[in-house]
Amino acid sequence: MFEFKLPSLGADMDEGKLLEWKVKPGDAVRKGQVVAIVDTSKAAVDVEIWQDGTVHELLIAPGETIPVGTVLATLLEPGEKPGAAPTARAPVAGRQRISPAARKRAEALGVDVARLKGSGPGGALTLADVDAAVATPAGSKAPAQVPAKAVDADKQTEMRRAIAAAMSRSKREIPHYYLLETIPMARAQQWLAGINAGRPITERLLMAVLQLKAVALALTKYPDLHGFFRDGRFEPAAAAHLGVAISLRQGGLIAPALHEVDKKPLDQLMRELTDLVKRTRAGSLRSSEMSDPTITVTNLGEQGVESVVGVIYPPQVALVGFGRVALRPWVEDDALCVMPTVVASLAADHRVSDGHRGALFLAELRARLQQPQDL
Amino acid sequence: MEKTAANPDLRGKVIAILGSIAPEIEEAELRDDHPLRQQVDLDSMDWLNFLIGISEQLNVSIPEADYGRLVTLGDLLDYLRTKLG
Repeated sequence: MFEFKLPSLGADMDEGKLLEWKVKPGDAVRKGQVVAIVDTSKAAVDVEIWQDGTVHELLIAPGETIPVGTVLATLLEPGEKPGAAPTARAPVAGRQRISPAARKRAEALGVDVARLKGSGPGGALTLADVDAAVATPAGSKAPAQVPAKAVDADKQTEMRRAIAAAMSRSKREIPHYYLLETIPMARAQQWLAGINAGRPITERLLMAVLQLKAVALALTKYPDLHGFFRDGRFEPAAAAHLGVAISLRQGGLIAPALHEVDKKPLDQLMRELTDLVKRTRAGSLRSSEMSDPTITVTNLGEQGVESVVGVIYPPQVALVGFGRVALRPWVEDDALCVMPTVVASLAADHRVSDGHRGALFLAELRARLQQPQDL
Repeated sequence: MEKTAANPDLRGKVIAILGSIAPEIEEAELRDDHPLRQQVDLDSMDWLNFLIGISEQLNVSIPEADYGRLVTLGDLLDYLRTKLG
């Protein structure tokens, strides 16, 4: 038997509302399968299971808001016999089953859960039951009534608050340092134009894909620039999952992961990026895409800015920003010329790396972009 | 709004495709003589998807080398009229 908990879906999400179960008790599930849909301050997220098993019991009912880490369901290990475990776990007579969120709420409100009757799956106490108990005077025979829910906060306000909380935490906890490097882009542009000229429009590549791949390849030499800083120590990334900052048309942004960017050919990355942008804007992301990014890449050059100096998204330890690729005066071979260039920036965490390492990384990024055929 | 026999409402079709990328646009507020990507806030991915929509729905091929000529909505409509004959 193992527990399936609500995974962290990013620094700006500490709770979620279960919208829907995609499985029921008895269903066999495979690692990576979407088992539930959870609404967050930013988007509804398809939550994936992280190991094979068989659904034993669903502990949280749709509609409940639960903190990250809450046990959503129990599952049987592959090969584990049903029946044996449930008996062992059967609630002792008189002991109330209660969801962790409800327990937390009950503790906060000083509600004696032993007196309450649960309305959740299998008679478990839910948040609504606890709220109803508070709304209903002790001893009252009045039917349990859920207090009128606060009107759903405007999604935009909620997202703004979530972004503000994560960014405030970043600026409070992470000693940022910032570096800028102007990178000549003539070779990358010419190479890209040559590739795209021979392709139908549906198979053309964007410069953004070259930039992402170059960042991922440069990171292979600088593991101290991607990973997670958690519980006072740095955990280097196992793979280059790049968080791609995607602005939403209605405002706000999400930076979901493009997985294993260093290992994939440009064509595949282009297809995956197109799909990721589409799904981000449609509000259809998977939990791994929310929790996996090991570094974020933002490209504000599209809006015409010269450069962008970013705020690191915790628990990540660096952010790479690209400004606009544009023709600028440039000196090459002791002569003034006109060159397409881009300003790449690095914001990185001084707890993990120093400016010297960051500078070497930007030099590596610049070198990679001079060899577009090797990306 | 100029109409041709072959394409009675080219502008309407193009704006419908644009609307699938940027649902917030108001047709009446779009100026044919202003840079489109600034009016509508299209990034390069949006722009590519917009042109893919046009090439698929109107059955025209748009080489990347021509992107630079397609600055305003008017430029794009002229370009498409030439292409569509």
